[in-house]
Amino acid sequence: MTRTETNRSRSSNSNSENSGDGNGGGGERTNAMRVIVPLQGVVQGRGGLVLGSVIPCAFFYFLQFYLKRNRKNDSDSGDQNSASSSTNSDSNSGLPDRTRSQSAGHLTELTGLPRSLSRILLSPRNSVSVSSRANCVIKGGDSPYYLGQKRVKEDPYDESGNPDGVIELGLAQNNHKLSFEDDLVSENPKEEAISDGLSISGIASYEPCDGLMELKMAVAGFMSEATKNSVSFDPSQLVLTSGAASAIEILSFCLADSGNAFLVPTPCSPGYDRDVKWRTGVEIIHVPCRSADNFNISMVVLDRAFYQAKKRGVRIRGIIISNPSNPMGSLLSRENLYAILDFARERNIHIISNEIFAGSVHEEEGEFVSMAEIVDTEENIDRERVHIVYDLSKDLSFPGLRSAAIYSSNESVLSASRKLTTLSPVSSPTQHLLISAISNPKFVQRFVKTNRQRLQGVYTELVKGLKELGIECTRSNGGFFCWADMHGLISAYSEKGEIELWNKLLNIGKINVIPGSCCHCIEPGWFRFCFSNLSERDVPVVLNRIRKVCETCKSHN
Amino acid sequence: MGSLKKNGGAILSKIATNDQHGENSEYFDGWKAYDKDPFHLSRNPHGIIQMGLAENQLCLDLIKDWIKENPKASICTPEGVHQFEDIANFQDYHGLKEFRQAIAHFMGKARGGRVTFDPERIVMSGGATGANETIMFCLADPGDVFLVPSPYYAAFDRDLRWRTGVEIIPVHCSSSNNFKLTVEAVEWAYQKAQESNKKVKGLILTNPSNPLGTMLEKDTLKNLVRFVTRKNIHLVVDEIYAATVFAGVNFVSVAEVVNDLDSYEVNVDLIHIVYSLSKDMGLPGFRVGIVYSYNDSVVSCARKMSSFGLVSSQTQLMLASMLSDDRFVENFLMESSRRLGIRHGVFTLGLKKVGITCLSSDAGLFVWMDLRHLLRDRNSFESEIELWRIIVNIVKLNVSPGSSFRCTEPGWFRVCFANMDDDTLHVALQRIQDFVSKNNNKISEKASDNNDQIIQNNNAKKQKWRQSNLRLSFRRLYEDGLSSPGIMSPHSPLLRA
Repeated sequence: MTRTETNRSRSSNSNSENSGDGNGGGGERTNAMRVIVPLQGVVQGRGGLVLGSVIPCAFFYFLQFYLKRNRKNDSDSGDQNSASSSTNSDSNSGLPDRTRSQSAGHLTELTGLPRSLSRILLSPRNSVSVSSRANCVIKGGDSPYYLGQKRVKEDPYDESGNPDGVIELGLAQNNHKLSFEDDLVSENPKEEAISDGLSISGIASYEPCDGLMELKMAVAGFMSEATKNSVSFDPSQLVLTSGAASAIEILSFCLADSGNAFLVPTPCSPGYDRDVKWRTGVEIIHVPCRSADNFNISMVVLDRAFYQAKKRGVRIRGIIISNPSNPMGSLLSRENLYAILDFARERNIHIISNEIFAGSVHEEEGEFVSMAEIVDTEENIDRERVHIVYDLSKDLSFPGLRSAAIYSSNESVLSASRKLTTLSPVSSPTQHLLISAISNPKFVQRFVKTNRQRLQGVYTELVKGLKELGIECTRSNGGFFCWADMHGLISAYSEKGEIELWNKLLNIGKINVIPGSCCHCIEPGWFRFCFSNLSERDVPVVLNRIRKVCETCKSHN
Repeated sequence: MGSLKKNGGAILSKIATNDQHGENSEYFDGWKAYDKDPFHLSRNPHGIIQMGLAENQLCLDLIKDWIKENPKASICTPEGVHQFEDIANFQDYHGLKEFRQAIAHFMGKARGGRVTFDPERIVMSGGATGANETIMFCLADPGDVFLVPSPYYAAFDRDLRWRTGVEIIPVHCSSSNNFKLTVEAVEWAYQKAQESNKKVKGLILTNPSNPLGTMLEKDTLKNLVRFVTRKNIHLVVDEIYAATVFAGVNFVSVAEVVNDLDSYEVNVDLIHIVYSLSKDMGLPGFRVGIVYSYNDSVVSCARKMSSFGLVSSQTQLMLASMLSDDRFVENFLMESSRRLGIRHGVFTLGLKKVGITCLSSDAGLFVWMDLRHLLRDRNSFESEIELWRIIVNIVKLNVSPGSSFRCTEPGWFRVCFANMDDDTLHVALQRIQDFVSKNNNKISEKASDNNDQIIQNNNAKKQKWRQSNLRLSFRRLYEDGLSSPGIMSPHSPLLRA
């Protein structure tokens, strides 16, 4: 198999050479035959040297055909052999179903491979071919991002039940415990629509997939609230999707063709690799930001990345920014946003502004500016290039309810996204639940306020404690994360050193954090701590554990 | 290349601008017409009756009762609210364990308890639509081909192709053998595809079939499984109508066949099942789709993709407790197939009275109605559309023409019967009966007119008048029907088909 591959690639090389020297040996496949026969006569005459080298090439070309024609049968029978051998082994064990489910268990059990190794696994030979997309998705799961989550699942920390368990600081979820329940039941008797059973046929039947108008209005209201009413969102420009992942995927399906690319300033959300690339075939071009610039987006670097991509023939379709930023938690200033908009205008590309943490700006002075506000005053053309992703479940801490939104002024994007949501809509009972939860402005205001207070409390505690341990964090104003500089603790200043420390944090310290390499940070030694998972009581526990890791690192050094 | 150049905006992708979603085709005029003028027994008795929607509303009362008896299942009632926090925060893409177990259990029950399903292989997705797309993403690359027996579900063109870039090659079935799918036909289509240098990745079956309502026989299914194993291509079986089989008939799932066959005859890595609760339970709004694959790689891949279409955790919890209530499930399945059987009987009998036959079927929420004798030209799809426009605009029933299901013979229509109450059904039947008898009268009148003409030459004057009058009314009938209502529907009609 591999031999035929090399042959093929070689002959295709020669093929291009042929067409290069104008003999026309390449190009049309059927021409190959006609060219070679007269050539043989010519070789004996002059120019034998040149043509003598052409003919072997042509033979290779031929060989490729021969192999190609026979390959189908070959691979068929080969596959069949391996397939039948796998079924044989099943039948040997006598209980095919059981062995199969065991192997299913192994499959998810991908051992702790560092990212650099995953490339080796890129071309597995399955007995049955799944799509190459699927292969790439399967590989996608063995980064520390997923491995850490798995560890937490196996051995979760619980203050009383499992005090030695792993503490989750990786997954972006909000542990905000407001007496949501009381609100729901006491203030919203309407919520019992489902239990009344009266409207079940309304709830259970087919409904517009992009969300009920009532819910859109509530979401628009909530988004305005999160931006402190500096901009009003038009509910008719909203498309609701099941989760932010799906919203981002829908946008990349709408804005880019397979093979096109998006610019993404790094460090960025680890989820983009999955949401933007997996199924769409769209590429990401990372635009590195440095700690020296406080990880601010530099327009010069952005420009350079754009032109480098252009030179390589890659078409850039847009830029994805997150504001408040994930993983740093910083807010983009008005000037920054204008600069990005100018950049997008000049290059005629789209902007996806990921504002899923808009309602979780925890610093008092922190002013969150939505991209929507920036383009509000601009002309239509520029409005049409801006698409905002918002996630209800982040700010309101119910990720399980899977409800996010795309906000855009571009009619074509809206109409395409509406159709695409049929493939991943929000379930209607949940929509009804959400409507009654967030249409109450009093409740929303109170929720946002207490949420901010709580986040700020935990954040200050954690950052102070880390500082005492000699770990500095960049300033975070919003979102669930702080971005900690731990390069002093890594043994080697490289990705390997970083993963080593990550392993220590997970296995010795028993905390699951996200290493910077998952966020595509080019400087090793940075880690993302998702503090919103913690209550203030948990902070000392976490700090103690980090101290323990610090000590082991120092003793090694 | 689609672009927004006209207003100078940045360019959109092909997916956003192409027509592959298939919603612009003329057949959706029927949906638009319905949206404009929906029938209501008392408020709008002359409106259009929706018979293009495969929705199962016959047993919703049972579900309502269950919800009333089990307020705990919903996290937004006083009884269940203590679970709110845990559930709202739950975001594991594997899904709640209880939910997967309950679904696996239910899938077994819906197949007569003759097979069991492994909860570890249950992967969630956003409805059957999302499930079908996910499985395509997992199995095929852009340009790869899947064989699909036609007539097939109209929205397959969107679900399977739009974002995945997969191509569909239909395997044509014909009325000459009651649209039965044969292995020979599949083999022939496979051969044809190979000859045109297409890479065939698999075969998709809908069993029970939408739009036919027929089921594959066990032997055919066995042979198809052997066929895919021999060719080493995938077999995706869409079994979303598994529990709509009428009382007294047995449905054979591919899971059963896989268990029956010897291990050398079947490569289970090639077998995948798509399931959903939208049809069997009548809960399309819950958007629960399931991919069940015997292939570990596919399970793991689909599971990762499921983060793009997860079922909300609240819905998972509610269904978990509903579906693990054995007494309820058994009663529901029995009652549902009984009611569907009765409804089917009433409807086909009503059609028979006016000489309309349907393809004999054992399952589904629809019948495949044969109106070939009413076509002006039996061999043209134009006359099918003509007749269809008359049915929508004058008879005021929104049915779906066979051509939208890629049927190769004109004159067949899919008519849904389970998305309405008994009274509406009778109105619908009445309308069909009136239409057919009027049509018959005219035809017989015309025939007798012709006789008259030959025999009674002296009455020629009167005759002429009658004939022209008749032609006039006929033409008006057609013209009325042909003008399409050009209104936009507020939401996509396809998703509900």
